[in-house]
Amino acid sequence: MAKEIYTRYKMAKYLRKEALPTALCPGCGGGTVLNAFANAIDQLKIDPRDLVVVSGIGCSAWIASPYFLADTLHTTHGRAIAFATGVKVGLPDKKVVVISGDGDLAGIGGNHLIHAARRNIDITVILVNNFIYGMTGGQVAPTTPFGAKTTTTPYRNIEHPLNIAEVVAEAGASYVARWTTAHVYQLIESIKKALQVKGFSLVEVISQCPVQFGRRNKMKEPSEMLRWFMKNSVPISKAKNMSPEELEDKFIIGEFVSRQRPEFTEELNKLIDEVAEQFGLGDEDAD
Amino acid sequence: MIIRGDEPEQIALLKKLYPKGNYFMQGDEAIAYGAIFAGCRFYAGYPITPASEIAETMARELPKVRGYYIQMEDEIGSIAAIIGASWTGLKSMTATSGPGFSLMQENLGYAIMTETPIVVVDVQRSGPSTGQATKGAQGDFFQARWGTHGDHPIVAISPISVEDSFWETIRAFNISEKLRIPVVLLADGVIGHTREQIRIPDPEEVEIVYRKLPKNEKEAKYPFGDVDGSLVPPMPLFGHGYFTHVTGSTHKETGLRDVYTPEVHIKLVNRLHKKIKKHEKEIEKWEEYFTDDMEILVISWGVSARPSLGAVLKAREEGIKVGLFIPKTVHPFPGKKVKELAKKVRAIIVPEMNLGQLILEVQRYVNDDVILKGVNKIGGVPLTVEEILREIRGV
Ligand SMILES: Cc1ncc(C[n+]2csc(CCOP(=O)(O)OP(=O)(O)O)c2C)c(N)n1
Ligand code: SF4
Repeated sequence: MAKEIYTRYKMAKYLRKEALPTALCPGCGGGTVLNAFANAIDQLKIDPRDLVVVSGIGCSAWIASPYFLADTLHTTHGRAIAFATGVKVGLPDKKVVVISGDGDLAGIGGNHLIHAARRNIDITVILVNNFIYGMTGGQVAPTTPFGAKTTTTPYRNIEHPLNIAEVVAEAGASYVARWTTAHVYQLIESIKKALQVKGFSLVEVISQCPVQFGRRNKMKEPSEMLRWFMKNSVPISKAKNMSPEELEDKFIIGEFVSRQRPEFTEELNKLIDEVAEQFGLGDEDAD
Repeated sequence: MIIRGDEPEQIALLKKLYPKGNYFMQGDEAIAYGAIFAGCRFYAGYPITPASEIAETMARELPKVRGYYIQMEDEIGSIAAIIGASWTGLKSMTATSGPGFSLMQENLGYAIMTETPIVVVDVQRSGPSTGQATKGAQGDFFQARWGTHGDHPIVAISPISVEDSFWETIRAFNISEKLRIPVVLLADGVIGHTREQIRIPDPEEVEIVYRKLPKNEKEAKYPFGDVDGSLVPPMPLFGHGYFTHVTGSTHKETGLRDVYTPEVHIKLVNRLHKKIKKHEKEIEKWEEYFTDDMEILVISWGVSARPSLGAVLKAREEGIKVGLFIPKTVHPFPGKKVKELAKKVRAIIVPEMNLGQLILEVQRYVNDDVILKGVNKIGGVPLTVEEILREIRGV
């Protein structure tokens, strides 16, 4: 069965065949994200040799590693962006991409996320927001909607979810967008933009976890979750004219920022050039 | 551009920037210069007393030799960043002190499991917790050994003076590169902040090692195997088109995760241990004084080794037959050597700036008929010659 799928699948050349089939549950949004990412790479004609993909721990982290056929670094929970920072400094000419979950990147790893955006290091982060800790069995996440049920909020969630895209935009990223797995074409376009932007870019993908989130919140079928995304998505342009009450429980989608700011690795190398010229070889007057 | 550290331009640069000769500097600075001479060109860290001068020196000096300095948002990020950088081929280091070292433990384990060469400096300070932030101590002997979870080997080195800090940092890098293992430099706040004269050598006098790289595609396919019988697999660096997969989960020789087959885990973890065991001779290092005719043996490490030597010299003047053993590589502990020495004496004294840590390791190699006594001091003030001498006279 698995074999049949990948021989027919046009993007199969980007996958690590020995690692297939994927461990993702049937109907998981992770497959859509993997597909969108592979299509973006394909459309931009990026050679996977020029790509390093880094991820943390969680179901969504698996999208990148082991499945994507590139240099892949599967790190500790929450730390992918910090690892990627070292990779990017060492390989400033490569595309460094982080793909991981909301718990991983915005919960335990929230600090690295904010500071990478502030630094504006040229890393593309694809954050898969499924409102839940999928891998560990459906515990509450920093993105779980107010009132939702999870295994650790069995009565209801009394905490407010984090608006990741807004926080990262505010922290200083060069590019931030949010889509859902029901907006595949827009998602691919945004990933393409994010990969081309010089600076920190974040694409937040609202994704379905029917198994751990949907099942406990009256959406057992993946299709029900996708319908929920469609029905409640509001384009950012429209959202600007809506009241906070109207926007309650809505998913604002679209591009949050797209701007140019000095990028970290470029600035770092510029600084080194300056210092090296001042102290380096050949300059006999240097002290 | 990867700088290995042994390129002619780099050698010329070092000669020009740091001409051979005598310098007056702190232990922390000596660690930074040692790292630069060893070829370290990436440093990520987070400030903490008494290790901050390492970061400050690196921030100032690294760009001069085309190296990278980053101040990260915390210690967890710092060790993460140096592991990432190491996979691109940069020799990488971070430095911290007690609380920061605690935060690094999870990723120290990651570096062990993924066989990533890095150097982690712990300039030990008083604890537990924030303790006496500005005071030196030797309380992290076991944190270095067992701080991260699981069955794992570790290499930890402890310098005994400012000049020694320079050379032992270089040695830490060389072992790390040669064996693809993180090496901990267990320095301490007293030496870290002490100023002494040290001799900076010509870069040619410094032996430096660079990790083994795969010779061909086939070797690159087994980043976690044993392609040449050395138990140390060549490291396929990122960015060379090898499509290497690196994970902290239990993995096969190819790097692919397999957490279900017991044999895969057993084979991997045993190889990590065997790799260190096999190269023990090259890792081990100690200093020995007057051990030929001794009746009493002093065993001491790091900052406490110097007052220990002072006390032994004085005791000798008084005619007491006492010897001294200083492990410079503290993990793996040179137990065989200690066992051999312990057979010759009636008493062993172990001075250290803690309530008794090295002594527990020593105890494992000493028979019951030998008197084993610690000289322990906490509070941030180093042991004195007199305090140690008193114990030598007493046994
Ligand atoms: C330090 C640490 N704490 C906790 C865990 C356990 N853990 C593994 S995955 C995970 C949550 C993953 O959630 P998320 O990032 O949202 O990804 P998902 O599985 O939902 O895709 C947790 C808490 C861990 N591996 N390491
Ligand atoms: S538990 Fe949820 S997030 Fe994880 S693979 Fe299954 S559906 Fe996807």
